[in-house]
Amino acid sequence: MARYLLRRTAFLLGSLLLAATLLFLLLRLLPGDPANSLLSVGATPEQIAAARHQIGSDRPLPEQFGSWLGGLARFDLGTSFVSTLPVGQEIASRLVVTVPLTLLSFLLAVVVAVPVGFLAAYRADRWYGPLLNGVSQLGIAVPVFWIGMLLVTVFALRLRVLPAGGFPRHEWEDPAAALTSLALPVVTIALVMSASLIRYVRSATVDVLGADYLRTARALGSSFVGAMWRHGLRNAAVPVISILGIELATTFLGAVVVESVFALPGLGGMLVKGIAEHDYPVIQGVLVVSTFAVLVIGFAADLVQRLVDPRLRAHLAGGRP
Amino acid sequence: MSGILVSSKIVGAALVLSLALAACGTGSGGTTSTAPPAAATIEIGSLYEPQNLDNTAGGGQGVTEVFNGNVYEGLFKLTDAGKVENLLAESHKVSPDGLTYTFTLRKGVKFHSGKPLTSADVKYSIEKVTAKDSQSARKSGFKPVKSIETPDDATVVVKLASRSISLVYNLSYVWIINSAAKNLTTTEDGTGPYKLGAWKRGSTLSLDRFDGYWGAKPTNKGVVFHYFTDATALNNALLTNAVDIVTSEQSPDALAQFKDNKDYRVSDGHSTTKLLLAFNDRKAPFDKPLVRKAVTSAIDNAKLLESIWAGYGSLIGSMVPPTDPWYEDLTKVNPYDVNLAKKELAEAGYAKGFAFTLDTPNYDPHPTAAAFIKSELAKVGITVTINVITADEWYSKVYKNRDFAATLQEHVNDRDVVWYGDPDFYWGYDNPQVTKWVAEAEQAETTEVQTELLKKVNRQIAEDAASDWLYLYPQIVVASSDLSGYPINGLNSQFYVYGIKKG
Repeated sequence: MARYLLRRTAFLLGSLLLAATLLFLLLRLLPGDPANSLLSVGATPEQIAAARHQIGSDRPLPEQFGSWLGGLARFDLGTSFVSTLPVGQEIASRLVVTVPLTLLSFLLAVVVAVPVGFLAAYRADRWYGPLLNGVSQLGIAVPVFWIGMLLVTVFALRLRVLPAGGFPRHEWEDPAAALTSLALPVVTIALVMSASLIRYVRSATVDVLGADYLRTARALGSSFVGAMWRHGLRNAAVPVISILGIELATTFLGAVVVESVFALPGLGGMLVKGIAEHDYPVIQGVLVVSTFAVLVIGFAADLVQRLVDPRLRAHLAGGRP
Repeated sequence: MSGILVSSKIVGAALVLSLALAACGTGSGGTTSTAPPAAATIEIGSLYEPQNLDNTAGGGQGVTEVFNGNVYEGLFKLTDAGKVENLLAESHKVSPDGLTYTFTLRKGVKFHSGKPLTSADVKYSIEKVTAKDSQSARKSGFKPVKSIETPDDATVVVKLASRSISLVYNLSYVWIINSAAKNLTTTEDGTGPYKLGAWKRGSTLSLDRFDGYWGAKPTNKGVVFHYFTDATALNNALLTNAVDIVTSEQSPDALAQFKDNKDYRVSDGHSTTKLLLAFNDRKAPFDKPLVRKAVTSAIDNAKLLESIWAGYGSLIGSMVPPTDPWYEDLTKVNPYDVNLAKKELAEAGYAKGFAFTLDTPNYDPHPTAAAFIKSELAKVGITVTINVITADEWYSKVYKNRDFAATLQEHVNDRDVVWYGDPDFYWGYDNPQVTKWVAEAEQAETTEVQTELLKKVNRQIAEDAASDWLYLYPQIVVASSDLSGYPINGLNSQFYVYGIKKG
């Protein structure tokens, strides 16, 4: 186990370094000069040069890369060209919104998708089996911003029970207000996420329901629930967990659209603004943090899978599969 | 069977969870207007978040909107009606030769940090704008300044190399800042009626009333600017009373829902933002005034304005908006007339038309306008290739390298007709007579002479069709109808909030 952890950590750091390098180079391939976003019509050549010097875009590329990477090693993400604030500080203030948004959406999606997906498989012969299946199909087809706008129209503009957007100025000081403003965005993301999750849970359940070991367990006298609990669930969970990992990562990265529809000050908005303003340290910072989060989520999904499935652990102890 | 029971319980739990979320929403969903009117905090919605808090370091339009006159004050102020009035200057004297200005400062003015205002702060603040590393858009206006002296704490003497009739007006854009203040991109130390409360990047910026203010107290307890990137989200916030007022409505489609609703008031004021089809006047075919006139006459600006702004905004026919003192209606100089356009093209030697590339910034309304121009010019045989570029590419390609045939761009400032007197400006309009008039206007002894000369400039550039001034943007403020005392013109994106009252 220790060797496995060590190997995974080395892999994680290696991937991060590779991602950081690619990010830095790709951004420099974009046309234009970040100094431009600091200026307005009427700027003199002297002012343009001063802006370039101030943000360091007049220094050679290797030097810029070295100083950024050096900062990264010290957990320093640098300073925004535009706001002149430390990037790390702003990311931290945005994560206060994005992390709860992602986790709550994820929880809600799982809570909805697991039973519904199971039901769609287990009761495929009843009328609501195919219905659930069809609804989830529809959910995959509908774009997330449209669901968001629909929910805003119904719950915020018509019924007036929830805010249309925004996040409280005092953030989590008033948890009820913060949760209230996250309610519609969370439901929006959860709806879309659960639509695809339902399909994975359903097909995993279909596989398990037809499995020999389940029939054998029943033949040996286990109740259906008992057999499902001891054997079925674990087997169905293995493919679903790896999908869950991917879904969680996608939600974290894909919150951009939902944050924009609901005017939430999250990480996505920061990235979009950073791109619009050519603010390299901001773009790099957000993407490095996101990459890190995705790698960690993948790592965690892997670990959970190993805990659930003894076959994977055996493989790791040295036995051949 | 029991499997269904278990799962339906879980589904039930999920339902309860979402209902619970919905229920706590009812407490704060749209009840911001219940605070007592006298001490109300005004919630303001805006699309223009500051980039940082320093207007000489790239703070942008957003910081002007929130800070001008509210947090920082100048020696003078430009009122919402376009008049220049004394603010931190109590009075000023001009020497007979027009080269020495003596300003007397108002007494009893304190910065938010508690330090009293002195002439040294004024000198520091002007020099901050004219400094080498300053990114102020107003820097060029202070070229004639030779020296700034401070004979005593209440007197500032500005000496000029040449007359500058706009000096007092230009000073209305110079924030007077405590010379000892630090970290001005994230904090402030001004003399205005409000001090900065808190700025949550990407979300809100609050202003709290400053108790030590020298002038009349604001009519509200404070204001909170809520920043949006999406116009629909902003309108939804207004519809649900999450904000009381929108500083500048940019989504004309959404106006209908406020216009016929007695809970809201829509104000149609004057802006100073002009949409330009700017030709590169250096390069063929646009080096010929006749070609530029033909293009101008071939485009139906009224129809373009109607399709983008649905009845709002106005046609100006030149660079000068109605709030500038030298405004004249010049829409008849190059009227919309396709036959005239064809005749002018033939006369210029382009009877069969020509082709050019239009560099189009990728944000609204430029792409829409470009598509319209393309279809209009096709009717007179001119083929337009639309090249969509980012704001940033625009700076490099068009503004710095002048590598363009024609471009679309919005020009936001008032009194900016003087750029036509600078042959080095990006559009390259070079008429020595106009350059001379602009220089003379700046050195004029009276505003009457200045006005007369700039009117001549304006007429001349219209006759030369130096650019095609497609239209003047509307400035639309939408507010809940229990609000009063807000500015409706928002000149140069200023937005004075101290007079806003609820109830």
